[in-house]
Amino acid sequence: MIQKTPLYETHLAAGAKLVDFAGWQMPIHYGSQIEEHHAVRRDAGMFDVSHMLAIDLSGGEAKAFLRRLLANDVAKLTIPGKALYSCMLNEAGGVLDDLIVYFFSDTRYRLVVNAGTAEKDLAWMRLVAADFAVSLKPRRDLAMIAVQGPQSRERFWTAFPASRAATVLLSPFQAVEWQVEGVCWLIARTGYTGEDGFEIGLPAEQAAHVWQRLAAAGIKPCGLGARDTLRLEAGMNLYGQDMDESVTPLEAGLAWTVDWKDAARDFLGKAALQAQRQRQDLRQLLGLVLLERGVLRAHQKVETRHGRGEITSGTFSPTLNRSIALARLPAGVAVGEEVEVDIRDKRCRARVTKPVFVRNGKSLLQENV
Amino acid sequence: MNIPADLKYTASHEWIRVEADGSLSVGITDHAQAALGDIVFLELPEPGRTLAANEACAVVESVKAASDIYAPVAGEVVAKNEAAIDAPEKVNQDPYGTWLFKLKPADPAELEGLLDAAAYAQAAAA
Repeated sequence: MIQKTPLYETHLAAGAKLVDFAGWQMPIHYGSQIEEHHAVRRDAGMFDVSHMLAIDLSGGEAKAFLRRLLANDVAKLTIPGKALYSCMLNEAGGVLDDLIVYFFSDTRYRLVVNAGTAEKDLAWMRLVAADFAVSLKPRRDLAMIAVQGPQSRERFWTAFPASRAATVLLSPFQAVEWQVEGVCWLIARTGYTGEDGFEIGLPAEQAAHVWQRLAAAGIKPCGLGARDTLRLEAGMNLYGQDMDESVTPLEAGLAWTVDWKDAARDFLGKAALQAQRQRQDLRQLLGLVLLERGVLRAHQKVETRHGRGEITSGTFSPTLNRSIALARLPAGVAVGEEVEVDIRDKRCRARVTKPVFVRNGKSLLQENV
Repeated sequence: MNIPADLKYTASHEWIRVEADGSLSVGITDHAQAALGDIVFLELPEPGRTLAANEACAVVESVKAASDIYAPVAGEVVAKNEAAIDAPEKVNQDPYGTWLFKLKPADPAELEGLLDAAAYAQAAAA
């Protein structure tokens, strides 16, 4: 059955075009996805991300459990509220999901996972948790709203002035549990756009009211269409598209999220990654910029001097006004090289770049080509 | 839905205007542009190319997807809209004012097979 977020009626009333995404009825845009994209790069936009699942973890062995479950190491989290991005791997090193974990104490954390993998993730976590004194509590009672853009924090504070004192000193990837009128909001300085902003987890029944307050403060509602072009410009992977169980973090541009420092730590997938690490022929996730007119799309083939690769995500970049992509390319392909992409049986020239195109409103093309 | 009464249509959401010289201007309907979303790229047939009826001959790409455009009838391409290629967003802003290509029909009698506004309104609502 198709699921609806607590903001479903709000989206309908705002004239959103709704689509099925990972089993959820979600807004793809509210008119123009390009305008929504620009709003986030230039001012402030907001996204309903309530389809994602928050899972609260508690128990005496919570830290040990996460050090086993995740390829990144939660031991580096020492300041309450600090967040960490990590992959969760199977024994073969394949990516089951990517997620954010928020640290409150060694016995209490929150994980936020993708919508499409939520049930699979929970089942996997429960299996691993059997060996640990922990409890996992899925929080379907929460809504999540992301406000993103250079003016998003100011506009959020305009809408909720009382939150300013609690959140003004948050550094990037830090969150705070804000107590307001007897309920708790998790306000995190995180996001999926390459811009500053907050992601807020709050009781579902407050979502519609909060959304209206944020809109009144000048934050533009944005759909999944803009979310996709923003994350792709920012070089952030989309689970199920740029990575899945058939690839490891080392082949998905996420080697930096695998923490090897504590040699004694035995995380799931470690043995497989260790073997892979020795190899010189690993595929790599890199960026492409199309040098001709057209639009790069997922699954188009890429011809390089080192063999054939494939685009995993491609789109038109509203910020750069040209087409960009993430592509899985053979070992040996280097940034700056020219390659050819097969677009409807035509060979089109593209340049290999680092897999990040825009950050904080600015093009990185000059430095990354 | 905006469906001008003086145009012909196809079930695949092209509109056709019969020009004074007998050539056909072809574009995409308001319904089609709304479904596609923000249009960012057009690939249009070269003048001189001969098209069969229903042949995929152009591509309209929005941010989210690429969509084929079909020849409404058989004929020869006599022009493509360079201004639209340079500013594809015009297709969103003014779908009926922005033709994509012009076609000289091989057999003007084929026009009888196209939909009128009422028939297209039904087809688009289905």
